[in-house]
This record gives sequence, C-alpha cells and structure tokens, in this order.
Amino acid sequence: MSTLLEVKDLQVAYGSILAVKNVSLTVNEGEIVTLIGSNGAGKSTTLRTISGLLKPKAGTITFAGERIDGKEGHEIVAKGLCQSPEGRRIFPRMSVRENLELGAFLRNDKAAIESDMQRVLELFPRLRERIEQKGGTMSGGEQQMLAVARAMMGAPKLLLLDEPSMGLAPVLVDIIFETIVKIREQGITILLIEQNAAAALDVADRAYVLESGSIKMSGNATDLAKDEAVTKAYLGG
Amino acid sequence: MSILSKGYQARQDRRRYLERTLGTLAALGILYWLGINFAKSPSQFFQASLIGLSNGVLYALIALGYTLVYGIIELINFAHGDLFMLGTVFSANFISVWFGKTHTGIAAFGIFAACLVAVMTFGASINVGIERFAYRRLRRAPKLAPLITAVGMSFILQFVGLHWNGSGQKTWNSILPSGQIKIDNVTIPYTTIISVIITVPLLILMSWIVSRTRQGKAMRATAQDQDAARLMGINVNRTISFTFALGGALAGAAGLIFQQTRGLTSYNLGYQLGLIAFTSAVMGGIGNLQGAVLGALLIGLIQGLNDGLPIGLGQQWSQTVVFSILILLMAFKPTGLLGKTVTEKV
Repeated sequence: MSTLLEVKDLQVAYGSILAVKNVSLTVNEGEIVTLIGSNGAGKSTTLRTISGLLKPKAGTITFAGERIDGKEGHEIVAKGLCQSPEGRRIFPRMSVRENLELGAFLRNDKAAIESDMQRVLELFPRLRERIEQKGGTMSGGEQQMLAVARAMMGAPKLLLLDEPSMGLAPVLVDIIFETIVKIREQGITILLIEQNAAAALDVADRAYVLESGSIKMSGNATDLAKDEAVTKAYLGG
Repeated sequence: MSILSKGYQARQDRRRYLERTLGTLAALGILYWLGINFAKSPSQFFQASLIGLSNGVLYALIALGYTLVYGIIELINFAHGDLFMLGTVFSANFISVWFGKTHTGIAAFGIFAACLVAVMTFGASINVGIERFAYRRLRRAPKLAPLITAVGMSFILQFVGLHWNGSGQKTWNSILPSGQIKIDNVTIPYTTIISVIITVPLLILMSWIVSRTRQGKAMRATAQDQDAARLMGINVNRTISFTFALGGALAGAAGLIFQQTRGLTSYNLGYQLGLIAFTSAVMGGIGNLQGAVLGALLIGLIQGLNDGLPIGLGQQWSQTVVFSILILLMAFKPTGLLGKTVTEKV
C-alpha cells in the first residue's frame, strides 16, 4: 500500500488566529481514513487547505508524490483530489444533471463521464428521480447525496468528505455511510471528516483525533473506538 | 387557523386586489394613450417606436456589461459607462484620425469592420486590466471597498477621456452611408439598420456563450458559489477575467455604434448612458442577461414613445417618465422584471 496523501506539520491561520496548529496525517491508497473531533477543532480548515481553498502558514501537503500546498484549487482537482464540502455547496440554480456535469468539468472523455454518471445515479437512485430538478429546491439529504455524487464525477483518486451526515435524519445517515463503503469498493480512497464519530469509526480503517488544531491521537479505527478517552469525549460513553 | 392569521390573510388579499386593480388601470391608461396616438398618426407611432428600439439595443449592449459583472461578483461596476465613453473616443480617433476616413465608401466599410474588432479588443483589455489591478484584491473585502473603488475608477476613466477628447463635445463625420429607406411616412436611416445588424448578432452570441459553452458554464457556476466552483476544477480568476472581457468588448462595440450613428464624443457620455444602461439592468433584474436586454428595450421604447408621439409629455420629461416607471416597478417587484428569488434550503 503506497501513501496517497501526506500532510506534515500543517499550520493554517485566519488572520492572526491559528486554526490548525499541528496536523500531520497520511492516507494510503484504498483506505478510508477518518478525522474526528469536536466543533471548531480545525477539521474543515484542514480539508479546505488540502483542497487549496486556503493557503497553509507552514507545513507541507504531498499528494501522489507531488507537493500541492500553495497550489490553486483547480490545479489540485486536476490531479485527482475532489471534495464534497461542508454545507453541501451545490449549485442551487442548476439542475441535478448540470451539477453532476460540473463535477466532471475538467474531464474530456465523454463516454467515461456518461458511464460515471450512470454509476453515481445507481449509487444514489434518489438523484435519478430528481435529475432535472433545481439543486436548491431539494431536501437537505438529497443535496448531500448530490454533493457526494458531484465530487465523484471528477473521477478522484482521493475523495474528501466533509461532514456528509450533518443535519440528516438517522435513516439517511445510514444510507450515506453505506454508500461511503460502496465508494471505496469502487477503488476510491476516502478521507472522511465527521462529528458522528461512532459511525465514522465504524466504516474507517484508521482514524485521527483532532483537538483544538492539533492531532491528539491516531490509530486503527477499531482500537480507537475502544479507547477510553475517545469513548468519553466523542462516543458519549 | 387563528384569528390573527385570518386577519393577516384578509389584509394580504385586499392588498393584492388593490395592486391588481391599480395595475390594470395603469395598463389600460397606457393602452388608451398609445391608441389615441396611433389613431392620430400611425407613421409617427412607428417612427417613434423604431427610434426607441434602436436606442434600446444600444442600451442593451452596455447594460449587459453591468449585469454580467454584477452576476458574477456582485459588484456594481460604476466605471462601465465610462469604458463605453472611452470606446466612443477610441472609435472616433481610430477612424477619423489614425485612418483619416471622413466619408463613406468601400474602404470605409473595411475600416469600420477593423474598428469594431479593435474597439472590442480595447474595451475587453481595459476592463480585464481594471479587474486585475483594482477589484481582484478586494474580492473578500467588505462590499463597500470594491464599490468605492469602482466609483474612483469611473472618475479615472472620465479624466482619461477628458484629456483625450477635450472638455467639450466633439462632432465627427460618420463613415456609414447617410441615406435612408422610406416606407410610407416612416424613415429608417441606414445607420439604424447597420447598428441593429451589428448589435443583434452580438446579443445572440453573448447568450450562446453563457448558456452553451464550457466557459459559460464556468461563469454560471462561479456566479453561484466561488469556492464550490474551485472544487469543480474551475479556474475562478480566469473565469472572472473572461466575464470582464465579455462586458468590456460589448461596451467597446456600443462605443463605436454610438459614435458612428450620433457623430459625437464627449467625456461625460459615460455618465448619461451608463446610468440609463444600469437602470435597464436593474429594471430587468440585475444579474439576469435576458432581463438586461428586456429592460434596455423597454427603456428605449418608453423614451422613444414619450419623446416622439404627438400627444405626450415630450422630451423634457423623458428621464422623469423612465425613472418614475423604475421606482413604481421597484416598489412592487424589487427583484426586477425577470429577477428571481431562489428558495435555498439549508
């Protein structure tokens, strides 16, 4: 298993406030890795920086053997790193189909795009029913599905998922997590951010615990799920 | 359910009823006014409409620049009207000074075509430059900062125009043929026909670029959510530059058409026409391309009919009528004619 993503000593600041103080993590090919932590721990900031929406203050980010820290967002997508961002951020005035097509914006292989479209619609049958509906008029759960499906349309090597279960009804949360496992079966590596630590640890291979901007713990997901400190802080035990 | 909501409902109904009645009365009044004018002199009616519409397409070219830029970065680019003004001065100099053409002819047509390309490139480059150096850094700044920068940019362009064109109005010979077609009593100058022949394809091309091309798709995505667009692999900076280039090119083309059909240039043209074009964009629903064209045609038509019909308020009331209609429209439909408020679930 080779390393796909390596983040080393990452620091990110908003003005003079250091939101990410010390984050180092690796994601190997084929893995599901989860980054758990409470609200404001710096999870989304870390993902936004990996995707190039924020510039790091210090540290390095290496993707598939290439430094990507400081590169523009669109250059990073071109390398095969796609993100389904926090709060879905779908294009509200575009149809589901247009949203999905935009996910494949940088690709030119028409036939492959079409087959990927069918693949994600199979994964999320609800989206097929709503294919011509405007994104902004769908329910929160449907928008979340669209956000994940749209990121998959970029044919990523690594998929970043930021809080895919946030604000969803429990039955939808289950569907989302089942789908995450299915996505990995299709050969896509996943870095997952979750507040729902129990569900995240359940599907992940490895996990990192982020606390006020620094990685406090890491290890196998099953081990961390049994860890007393983790249980206390994040699993409500 | 409750008495309170019932009362509210009744008040809403009454309000809607009142609005509808007033609207119908106003529409009937306008129809009556148009009717008596038409009966009095059909040729004058057509003549006034024609002048109005040909002004309207010119406004549309400029209005699109406002609406494109607002649509993508929510900035009212006050400098846009002045860019149009620079287009008029550039065209006059290109044709009459640099190429020394003051009369119509085959060669003049060639120069005119060359000038169209040149002035569109000129407008696009200046607009892209303005965005690159003045607006880009302020993209995440509070809204007031880019707004005041745009006002400043407007003055800078005006002073460039003042130095280039002088403080007074200059008149120029048009190199377009000066004749006209006469159908009954309606005269259609060749210049009007030519300006429509240039403008309409430009408007169609614009709408095709935005709705059908890859670049247009990037524009629409960027307009809705910049960060999300970045995550799709869209080069947001380049997309915004492209939008400014489109708007600038249209303002340049409008400059050439205005200068050649009216035969004049003045450093403060941007203020006058810019205001009308901006009003068109707001009337149609700012950010909406079809809306800008619709608003521009309506304002052109309103002005044309008001100024040209035998029974009417006449030219001195032209702006008053236009802005009264704008204010009325805003009161009842603040988003403009085609502006939409999208319900976004969170």
